[in-house]
Amino acid sequence: MQIVFLLEQVVNGLVLGGYYLLIALGLSLIFSVGGVVNLAHGAFYALGAYISVQLTGYIGFGPAVVISPFLVALLGILFERYLLRRFYAADPILGLLVTFGLAMIVEQMIRIIWGAPPISAIMPQALKGSIIIGDFLFSQYRLILLAVVVLVLLGLWLLLHKTSFGRVVRAGIQRPDMVAVLGIRLQPYMTTIVMLGVGMAALGGALFAPITVVHPAMGADVLIVAFVVVVIGGLGSFWGVVIAALLVGVVRGVTIHFLPAAGEASIYILMFLVLIIRPRGLLGERIEKFE
Amino acid sequence: MSSYNRRHVLKASAALAGASALGFPAIVRAQASTIKIGHLVPLTGFLGAIGSYAQLGVKLAAEEINAAGGIMGRKIDLISEDSVNPATAANKAQRMIEQDGAVVLLGEISSASALTIMQVAERNKKVFFSTGARSDALRGKNCNRYSFHCDIPNTVMVNAVGTALNQKGLVKGKKFVTLTADYIFGHDLLKAAKSFFAANDANLIGDELIATDVTDFSPYLLKIRQAKPDVVCCNLAGNQVTNLVKQYAEFGFPYPLVGFNLNTGDAWAAGAGNLSGFWPTVWYHTLDNPASKAFVANFTKKYGKPPENHAWIEYVTLKLLAQAITDTKSTETEALIAHFEKQTQFDIMKTRKGYFRTWDHQLVQEAYPFTVKAKADMKDQWDMLVLGDTVPVASAPLESIYPNKEQNPCTMKV
Repeated sequence: MQIVFLLEQVVNGLVLGGYYLLIALGLSLIFSVGGVVNLAHGAFYALGAYISVQLTGYIGFGPAVVISPFLVALLGILFERYLLRRFYAADPILGLLVTFGLAMIVEQMIRIIWGAPPISAIMPQALKGSIIIGDFLFSQYRLILLAVVVLVLLGLWLLLHKTSFGRVVRAGIQRPDMVAVLGIRLQPYMTTIVMLGVGMAALGGALFAPITVVHPAMGADVLIVAFVVVVIGGLGSFWGVVIAALLVGVVRGVTIHFLPAAGEASIYILMFLVLIIRPRGLLGERIEKFE
Repeated sequence: MSSYNRRHVLKASAALAGASALGFPAIVRAQASTIKIGHLVPLTGFLGAIGSYAQLGVKLAAEEINAAGGIMGRKIDLISEDSVNPATAANKAQRMIEQDGAVVLLGEISSASALTIMQVAERNKKVFFSTGARSDALRGKNCNRYSFHCDIPNTVMVNAVGTALNQKGLVKGKKFVTLTADYIFGHDLLKAAKSFFAANDANLIGDELIATDVTDFSPYLLKIRQAKPDVVCCNLAGNQVTNLVKQYAEFGFPYPLVGFNLNTGDAWAAGAGNLSGFWPTVWYHTLDNPASKAFVANFTKKYGKPPENHAWIEYVTLKLLAQAITDTKSTETEALIAHFEKQTQFDIMKTRKGYFRTWDHQLVQEAYPFTVKAKADMKDQWDMLVLGDTVPVASAPLESIYPNKEQNPCTMKV
């Protein structure tokens, strides 16, 4: 039985990793292309959750989860064009400061609009409950969540690796100067990347709202884990982030199984170990502009 | 661009000069006659949500007192800040006494932070009302004569829910798994729960200590299923209760979920249809007595939502403190302690009046177990709880549900 219990934790950890992935991928992309560590990423996650909960009252749960990330992605366009764009070439500390400031502003705005206490977010009764497949127990809702993550992941991978858009973005990560020489303006691409990145974070927020506390500082909680995932995975690497997210989910679950007290610390220990062995992260590429 | 900036700087400095010429002397004048009260509650972190209710409650009380002319003609100057964590709470408490001139401290929800503020209060010989901390140890082995405890202690919460659980036959011979917050409050609550289980022939087959930053409970939920309990018992606090309740509903386990600690704010945040089982509470906005109804009406009118139990306790505490200052005509520590140690009774918006017990400074008062209303029966999103029978029953003395001198090792140094 023990081995089944352990496997159950592994599978559950993979599912949870999928959710980390939604937030971490955008963070990684924005940093890889623009060179800005987006500390406001968690704020977009929170906005996604709040807007989705608000819309659920009018249009129902399903449509709200779809529309909320779109609205937040539109905010992402404004964010990129009027704020982030000024900081690509600047001292990295400025980018950190401005996005940190934005995160605080958004958190306070949420307080003003929705109030400081958490708001209640509930899922449709039909999605509750768990199903047992073989020896494994799954939350039905998390399985749906996993399916959404896989679809998003697939779409993003195709976009980055099978389209001309993706070729420019990937070239832009490695040699922005070369891309410029070829007469391609990277700016519209960057706008799209930021839009996608914050949209995915918002989708994470919208999907997680029914199973977590929706409160103004919720973005800060998730941002830390997302950072750990990006650091472990390595910058500029799509699959690195994917593997790291799953690894973080599994390591946490297995640690809680054997040594519950170390559960939350385990992911930082993992990060520490990975950085000792591979300072650029698991699949991190050498990016000349950051060296 | 730069001239725009410069103009702004000019304007700002002009405004600043104006303020210093006109505004500051007014503040200095006011300072001489106000009664400064230092207020600390967590506004961030896992207790931040209920802390925000606490702040609304204490502010409403201060506004009402000031609007009615203050205390003996002196206005209350409430210095209210985020306590953040135990170390910061202690630093801020020290600063409020030393630099801001606070004559009394009140607030806190975290038992860990309340403990450090209690030490500051003792060192500086100032009274501290611990309004929302529930750990037994604070009024037990860590008690001191400068600290007064307004919320019900863990033992009382266990007694309140335990009585209801026993009546439903959910204790004797049943297998329990507990999830416990890994800090002083949780450890203390687990201890009270264990002695309840032992006294009532329940079988504790698993207990998980949970760090206060855990937001995803799925690995723990899997472990619960593996243990196959009869009842799952939540000894968590703040946001974590909400998280667990939501995820428990998500997984849809058949084992009843009960808990020895819950604040109404966390129940509201969980949302209709997620919460079930038996829980304790110290006050609820549907209690049927005139004082409570008036408070609920005023609070709801001002903030657009009913008060949570921390809003209530903070409101009541500031009001009873104001009354004590008026009665003793003093803000001196010794005068206040003597007044409360006489077991002076206060209307605390419950059927029976409350009083601070002389030997451990616990506010002795009624408590309530509750169950959860069916979604269809809720009048609004706040109409969630069905209060059970008040504990203790009307014929029993109030102190019968509180630890007695044998159970509570409090000795106060004079």
